[in-house]
Amino acid sequence: MASRKLFEKRVGVIGAGNFGTCIANILGENCQVIMHVRDKETLKTILETRMHYGQAMNANVTPTLSLEEVARECEIIFPIVPSVHFRTMMKELSPFLKPYHILIHGTKGLDLNLPKGKTIDTEATLSREVVRTMSEVIKEESVVVRVGCLAGPNLSKELAQRQPGATVVASPFNEVIQLGKRLLRNDRFNVYENPDLIGVELAGVIKNIIAIASGALSGLGYGENAKGLLVSRGAVEMVYLGRALGGNTKAFLGVAGIGDLVTTCNSPMSRNFTVGYRLAKGEKLNDILQDMEEVAEGVNTVKIAKKCADFYNVRALITQTLYRVLFENLTVPEALNYLMRYPLNVDIDFIA
Amino acid sequence: MEILEEKKNKNKEYKPILDGIPDWPVYQLSKNRKEFIEEVSAKTIEHILKTRPSPKHLRDDLEATVYREQNRIKRNRWRVDPADERKFWSGIKSELTDLNAHPVEGKEVELLKRIITRYANEIAGNFKPSSYRFARRIITFWFRRLLNSARAKKFGAFFRSKYTLRDKIHVVGKVKLLRNLARKGTVVMVPTHFSNLDSILIGWVIHSLGLPAFIYGAGLNLFNIKIFAYFMNSLGAYKVDRRKKNLPYLETLKMYSSLAMEKGAHSLFFPGGTRSRSGMIEKNLKLGLLSTSVEAQRNLYLNNPPEQVRKIFIVPVTINYHFVLEAPELVIEHLQAKGQDRYFHEEDNYGSFPLLKFLFKFFTKGSNISVSIGRGLDVIGNYVDDEGNSKDSNGNPINTRDYFISNGQVSIDTQREAEYTRMVASRIVQEYHRINRVFASHLVAFVAFEIWLKQHPKLDLFGLLRLPEEELEIPYEEFRATFKRVRKEIYRLKSVGKINHATHLKGNTDLVIGRGIDNVGIFHLRRPVLKSKQGGIITQDLNLLYYYHNRLAGYGLEKII
Repeated sequence: MASRKLFEKRVGVIGAGNFGTCIANILGENCQVIMHVRDKETLKTILETRMHYGQAMNANVTPTLSLEEVARECEIIFPIVPSVHFRTMMKELSPFLKPYHILIHGTKGLDLNLPKGKTIDTEATLSREVVRTMSEVIKEESVVVRVGCLAGPNLSKELAQRQPGATVVASPFNEVIQLGKRLLRNDRFNVYENPDLIGVELAGVIKNIIAIASGALSGLGYGENAKGLLVSRGAVEMVYLGRALGGNTKAFLGVAGIGDLVTTCNSPMSRNFTVGYRLAKGEKLNDILQDMEEVAEGVNTVKIAKKCADFYNVRALITQTLYRVLFENLTVPEALNYLMRYPLNVDIDFIA
Repeated sequence: MEILEEKKNKNKEYKPILDGIPDWPVYQLSKNRKEFIEEVSAKTIEHILKTRPSPKHLRDDLEATVYREQNRIKRNRWRVDPADERKFWSGIKSELTDLNAHPVEGKEVELLKRIITRYANEIAGNFKPSSYRFARRIITFWFRRLLNSARAKKFGAFFRSKYTLRDKIHVVGKVKLLRNLARKGTVVMVPTHFSNLDSILIGWVIHSLGLPAFIYGAGLNLFNIKIFAYFMNSLGAYKVDRRKKNLPYLETLKMYSSLAMEKGAHSLFFPGGTRSRSGMIEKNLKLGLLSTSVEAQRNLYLNNPPEQVRKIFIVPVTINYHFVLEAPELVIEHLQAKGQDRYFHEEDNYGSFPLLKFLFKFFTKGSNISVSIGRGLDVIGNYVDDEGNSKDSNGNPINTRDYFISNGQVSIDTQREAEYTRMVASRIVQEYHRINRVFASHLVAFVAFEIWLKQHPKLDLFGLLRLPEEELEIPYEEFRATFKRVRKEIYRLKSVGKINHATHLKGNTDLVIGRGIDNVGIFHLRRPVLKSKQGGIITQDLNLLYYYHNRLAGYGLEKII
């Protein structure tokens, strides 16, 4: 496929983390890419070594420090920054954005828009009115309306090794999906379409909760039976939570739902998995987070999802128990004990 | 009965923004009526052929259309329907049958052309300056006469001119902005729809604000009534026949609306499609006609240099009544549909007489109406400023053209525009809730109904509605306390820009409750809210109470009952 014609316009990537770098490289096979990095050091390293996070940078990827340049040069931009920084990044980027821009994000986390003076810890429960997916943050902070997201079983390390994989591009705009496909697709990377943007975003977000739980089971030394149980019950819980937050059931059964869930639950490479694993080994949450290089989105997600589940009266056993482990000093063995004794034995009740 | 006073300064008179009728876009349109109809037909055909390239496909659609039309003629004929209908459609049918046996090249297109041309002629309005002036004079004259004799309660006052409609109908909100926008661009007014009276009322409001006549999609059933037909025709109405749901008709209708907007004719339509059956503010708007404003704007950008493009502005309007004449029938239709999934069809159950009787009642008794004009939006749903420039939430300018750009150029993408239509629809609904003016009567109904709902936690809506009315009574003190609490929440919602209320809602609680009870659904035989002899709150008709209560649904107020 060496003779493949490059896309005529330059495409932007914001965020040079593991996944951002990975996506920039994949895009680089199809077009010229401008990748925004936050500090001069990183810029220098990338320019000098053409390596980042152990990945060789594609020759078509040019790093920059200027968000303005990204917005000016590119109509299509992939923001891939952690959810805690996402809104700040959007505020900085927003003055340069116009309604013709197309943003396809790859961030699997949630944001809150609380009234002044309130924080997540002051609120006992959270309603959908204050919870934002990243696409909603984009629309709230800028004039961009043509928004989409990427989600799926995309472990950065495997993508970097050019192993086969796939992703979902979701957007209510067919235009956005088709562009996303055109830009991301190559002979080892397939792209699926989904019009349910919120559903796909939520699937990617909520699966991180189950990933932590899966890490915890591994940490206790349990095998495949336990994991099978967790994945299937986790999928049901994803559907419940996702529906309460405004997604359709279908999105959770697809590549971005079950696909991503199975991958993350089996992967010691995943950050969320690692958090659970080390918790089970008896470490404290703060210590674990302190020496992680990048953000584990799942921790914050557990907090938000638990408070949403309480607000909407949704049964979300794994999330609620995990919340107690993370923030209320329940130990992992105690949590497992609690879950195994819970008297609920209906297998599937969300498909009529 | 007490007349509810509003601030006087809200009701001043406005000068026309354009001097002579010949300057009005709607006049230009009617002067070139024939050419316009031809253009509509030609473009509709072009559009349909684009989506149905094969003759087979087209033939299927035509057959479906004939079938539906013949069915309609059999089942549901109106006085206004043309006499040659039966002949026309049986003619088309037999030609289609022949065509199945012996295909003739291009025949389908010819048949389509005949149908579309017929529809376009049927839809087109017929604005005449002379009858517009006449109609306007008549309406103003009679309204004034009626009002004055009624207010002074003696016949001699018939020829006085102390009261005008302006005392009766309060127009509040962004009037100046609306007048500005009508000068700068093309206005699409989208009011809520609760009563058959809305059409006339809005016509009067437009005139009294000094705006040129709007073209207006009026339900064909209104044309059954001769006197209405006369006024409607003269006011620039085009006809919308809700019985016809076939593809050629809908496409012609949309093309008519879209082209008229492109030519700068201010337009009006009720995006809820039909009167709100439940009494709730419309939540699901009909996207068909709404999409024509997006299309028209895109075509304007496509066909003109950027600096010459006339912008299209969408102006949401809510109409607030104490009393809706049709409420009893509407709510029953709503409950039937909701409860039993029963299909109800558009019926023409309003003759001239009940309507005239109602008009008389309305103008002779003191039940005021308020019309709130919302802020203007561009076709995507962004607010616009006085100059018609779109602004983002931080007040920075937005170029609306940018929304239609792909790869550096204005482009046609119907899927994208469908999404934009959905976006603007949800913005309109949001604006409706924001500018909705709460009357004391709405609040009284809301509080009473919700208290009863809460007292019967085991009953669903239908269970509650089946309770015998005579057994329900709320002690006044309890009612008053809840009323105050909900009113306070409405003040709070207003302060964050989520609702509006009439000035009469403020002040002494007992007085406001009294006003509310006096006014809620005042002319109904069975009143939704009354005070019992012991002073408690009672009802004579739970269905009606439910209807009036619904006006405040969707704000989450039930949580604080």
